[in-house]
Amino acid sequence: MQGTESPSCLLFVVVDMELYHGALDVKEIFNRWLEDENSSNYGAYIPFVGTIRAEDNIEALSFDIYEPVLQSWFDSWVKKAESRGAKVKMAHAIGDVPVHTSSYISAVFSPKRRVALELIDEFVEDFKANAPIWKYDVIDGKRIYAEDRSTPMSGSGLLSQK
Amino acid sequence: MVKVEFLGPINQETLEIEANTLADVANALQEIEAVSSWLEKCAVAVNDEMTNDLNRVLNAGDRVSILPPVCGG
Repeated sequence: MQGTESPSCLLFVVVDMELYHGALDVKEIFNRWLEDENSSNYGAYIPFVGTIRAEDNIEALSFDIYEPVLQSWFDSWVKKAESRGAKVKMAHAIGDVPVHTSSYISAVFSPKRRVALELIDEFVEDFKANAPIWKYDVIDGKRIYAEDRSTPMSGSGLLSQK
Repeated sequence: MVKVEFLGPINQETLEIEANTLADVANALQEIEAVSSWLEKCAVAVNDEMTNDLNRVLNAGDRVSILPPVCGG
């Protein structure tokens, strides 16, 4: 492993969704997911890893998560994937994640490549748009909400109606 | 009374307000300066279930969550 950051602490895991305090141990998660599905007869395993880039003088990114709604969102994707014979998994960090480490991994397993290639695209894009996670830049130890990179969730504006 | 909680970067403590529907919550929050500017870009959950229905009936003890723009990953 690169770097000297302390190992991340697993906060909790439900079926196929894992939340960690701090950066993810990508190799451990990758390998474990691969081993878990060793005998499942999936022909395709497509992981996506999000890594924090050094830009705009940030030291880290930081994340807040609203777990109950994230769980419902993820569960709906588990069902969507199942209906296509596939399986989705994800892991995400809570709190500070230093540059050049990873905050997010998702993956799709499916019998054949086409479903997995399509699903990973849809799953990651919907994650960006509708998973209840808030991102902050960490600069000089301060957390600054990444407002310009954030997207209003489906149904936003309901309470601004007169 | 229902509880209204503000998630992520919205700097507002949880409120307890009288409301029979989400429309009542909307009217109350539009009067609060610290949160009114957020409302246009926020989604809403009641008892952790996302909703698009302003006429959604609320019962005593229900929890309304205000979810600002997201950016996971």
